[in-house]
Amino acid sequence: MGDWEVVIGLETHAQLSTASKIFSGASTAFGAAPNTQASAIDIALPGVLPVLNRGAVERAIRFGLAVGATIAPRSVFARKNYFYPDLPKGYQISQFEIPVVQGGEILIVSPTRGEIVVRLTRAHLEEDAGKSLHEDFHGMTGIDLNRAGTPLLEIVSEPDLRSAAEAVAYAKTLHGLVRWIGICDGNMQEGSFRCDANVSVRRPGAPLGTRCEIKNLNSFRFLERAIEFEVRRQIELIEDGGTVRQETRLYDPDRHQTRAMRSKEDAQDYRYFPDPDLPPLVIDRAWMDRVAAELPELPAAMKARFETQYALPAYDATMLTQSREMAGYFEDAVSSFGGEAKIVANWMLGEVSAALNRAEVDIGAAPVGPAELAGLLKRVADGTVSTKIAKDVFDAMWTGEGDADAIIDKRGLRQISDRDEIEKLVDDVLAANAAIVAEFRAGKEKAFNSLVGKAMAASKGKANPGQVNALLRQKLGR
Amino acid sequence: MSSESTIAGLLRRLDAGEVSAVELTRAALDRIAQANGTLNAFVSVDETGALAQAQAADAARAKGEAGALAGIPIAHKDVLMTAGLKTTCGSRMLANFVAPYDAFVVEGLKRAGAVLVGKTNMDEFAMGSSSESSHFGPVRNPWDPERVPGGSSGGSAAAVAARLVAGATGTDTGGSIRQPAALTGICGLKPTYGLCSRYGLVAFASSLDTPGPFAQTAEDCALLLDAMAGHDPRDSTSINRPKEDYRRGLAAPPTDPARPLAGLRIGLPEQYFGDGIDGDVAAAVDGALEALRRLGATTVPLSLPAVRLSIPVYYVIAPAEASSNLSRFDGVRYGHRAAVYDDLRDMYRKSRAEGFGAEVKRRILVGTYVLSHGYYDAYYLKAQQVRRLIADDFRRALGACDVIAGPTSPTPAFRLGDKSDDPVQMYLNDIFTVAANLTGLPAMSIPCGFTRGGLPVGLQLHAGHFGEARLLEVAHRYQQATDWHRRVPPGLGLRDG
Repeated sequence: MGDWEVVIGLETHAQLSTASKIFSGASTAFGAAPNTQASAIDIALPGVLPVLNRGAVERAIRFGLAVGATIAPRSVFARKNYFYPDLPKGYQISQFEIPVVQGGEILIVSPTRGEIVVRLTRAHLEEDAGKSLHEDFHGMTGIDLNRAGTPLLEIVSEPDLRSAAEAVAYAKTLHGLVRWIGICDGNMQEGSFRCDANVSVRRPGAPLGTRCEIKNLNSFRFLERAIEFEVRRQIELIEDGGTVRQETRLYDPDRHQTRAMRSKEDAQDYRYFPDPDLPPLVIDRAWMDRVAAELPELPAAMKARFETQYALPAYDATMLTQSREMAGYFEDAVSSFGGEAKIVANWMLGEVSAALNRAEVDIGAAPVGPAELAGLLKRVADGTVSTKIAKDVFDAMWTGEGDADAIIDKRGLRQISDRDEIEKLVDDVLAANAAIVAEFRAGKEKAFNSLVGKAMAASKGKANPGQVNALLRQKLGR
Repeated sequence: MSSESTIAGLLRRLDAGEVSAVELTRAALDRIAQANGTLNAFVSVDETGALAQAQAADAARAKGEAGALAGIPIAHKDVLMTAGLKTTCGSRMLANFVAPYDAFVVEGLKRAGAVLVGKTNMDEFAMGSSSESSHFGPVRNPWDPERVPGGSSGGSAAAVAARLVAGATGTDTGGSIRQPAALTGICGLKPTYGLCSRYGLVAFASSLDTPGPFAQTAEDCALLLDAMAGHDPRDSTSINRPKEDYRRGLAAPPTDPARPLAGLRIGLPEQYFGDGIDGDVAAAVDGALEALRRLGATTVPLSLPAVRLSIPVYYVIAPAEASSNLSRFDGVRYGHRAAVYDDLRDMYRKSRAEGFGAEVKRRILVGTYVLSHGYYDAYYLKAQQVRRLIADDFRRALGACDVIAGPTSPTPAFRLGDKSDDPVQMYLNDIFTVAANLTGLPAMSIPCGFTRGGLPVGLQLHAGHFGEARLLEVAHRYQQATDWHRRVPPGLGLRDG
């Protein structure tokens, strides 16, 4: 396999978190019994008409402002015509020629290229279709129209991504952003956030290769695997003398492969035209200003602030601004800790994140809150416990044993910093380990660490490691 | 006794206690039973419901709580949704479809106390100019049952012309109220687009569809329009503006009773008075213009150069929208579904092939074609551009005059079957009416005479946006001075006046 460049663009469907649908008053809540949340408009009875949900527009504006895009003062809803049983009107109302959000960009951290800008082409409002249920009905198909008319923002990126891992980094950043600005709950299992990936390969410097679109990837892992498979498939195809056909492909997570769904030749003609039932969507300056005023501090701005205000390295600042909850936790913990912010950052990106991953919960549901974490860090800072012991205390806090002080007292974990006590400990270790001492004196530096270990073990980890170290050096004369 | 069968006349008799709503309703039901075999104006009649509404109207009147139209028997075109009643659109596709809700204009007339006696026949999905394409058979013209009543709202027009009901609703997409009104000798008003909500009107061409009233007189049209107009948040194209009182507008006495139309400037576009107009029609229209001048109006010649393109523009835009609007009739959730099919595609194909008639299919095909990739710019986009040129013509013209007049239809009612094999000939019938739909302007047809063969002729009046009050006033003054609107079709056992 020679030198290939991978080119990826994503189209992401973010379900907007409105209470009702984009063109009807029916609820958008997930999980209701089939067809109980489908109004006359959603099932497309004759004579019904769509009425645009202001909340959906507001969320689109919020997104546009957050990515520095142009908010179209006048955008147009169009009909995308095709027949499918879960598409009740026989057309989907979407935006085609003039989308509400135009341009914009998102800053991501690429695993290989560092911080990069991903340009956005556009983001447009549209309605979701219903669901076809092929199981449970022998020889028939069930139609559930609860999802029909759910508001979506389709966010289209430029082909600026160069690897599956970059695509995932972009998707995760976007996922974080839409939740950050409160326009989408980001629930991927329920389909609230799903991606289509446009993938092609080329020799570096060559024009863009033919792309394939992989539809409906609803987890970051599937996104990564699907792209990886597709890249391999295209490269092997070309290297074997074949050519890539432009087509739509589906990812099969059970087989870890993509397969062709339809080719460009049999692509449908959607016969887009402006929907005569909906006047152009007009967004004036005042509306934009109102939305802008309600916008929270954005992750990029907050990241920059964290770097200066808390003297954090870029990596830490980026990681801590992955979600508003994470950032809020950090700032709360720093403020009740009162010490160095970097210590809080280390703990959050280390112990706290690891515990969250193990428990598979979000930081909002963490059993150890920011004030509790700060309480523990204070005991490290004032020398009550070592960092190592503090980790055990943290685990105990996580399982609900109580706050840091209570656990330290109950378990007798207070650090030994008394010079006499430590000296006795060190003397005992030196006396009992004459062979190791001899090795050390013979020049084996590693033997010193072994002695430190023995002293710490004798104190059950409570001895102040700095003092143990210093005393040992002193007594060994080095 | 004059105007007894008009809505205004019936309201006077109801208020005077000379007649009850139940009596009026029974009489309407009797006349329908007598005449519908010939006219085929009604698709369905709701005798039980109508009598219950009539009783309620009588009770309300007794308590002094009667609505503006309490007890007046009316009919709705079968393209308007009426809760609990079949709404077929004249199509096999919806032959058994019972509407679960009321259209906005149906609600309005119900609130005013009008009694709905039944649903009227029409061209299938309102596509046609003769009311021959209905799944339920053609409607016949009360003036000559061998002739068509015009379309697509032919059932409503025939029902009012034959005095089966005092008023009726229609919908006008390219002339479907005005042309049948002209061909049956009654009044038909197409309001400004957006004045009457389209909610509950089964869409043919969304940017053109307009509900409106049929009645014997302009005054009756005003009464019906008062109940039909208004803002509706369920229709995003419905205009939010203060409600007018069209009836009261007509009650004000003119400053100069001898010349009630003094100061009115009537524009006469050269394009509406050229070749291709039946001689008797032209003569009747000229007579009407003479009458209007006697009433004080002046006429000014003008030109609407782009209007010659209105038929091709209309027959691109209307089918394009129709092809999309009719996609929901797929046999999946409601409407006709083929009894036997192999798979999904086959179900769509057979259900739609069986459910739609020839004219509907023709327009779906045309509409699908003009929206297709590679043709969109040349047809749909170009048509929208020309549509703006036509609107510009009217805007300019209405700067130099108050109303624009001309014949409603180039010919009187034609014989059944005469044009049904030639779609283009049929489409040319709309030559004077489609512009009002393309521009959204209000327009009205009023009876203005007869051909030598005894067929009614209609005069069409256009006004500026939301100029309904002006149209109604001109028509009302004209009708106070003429009696064409009092003529009743012969052979119906009715007398004039």
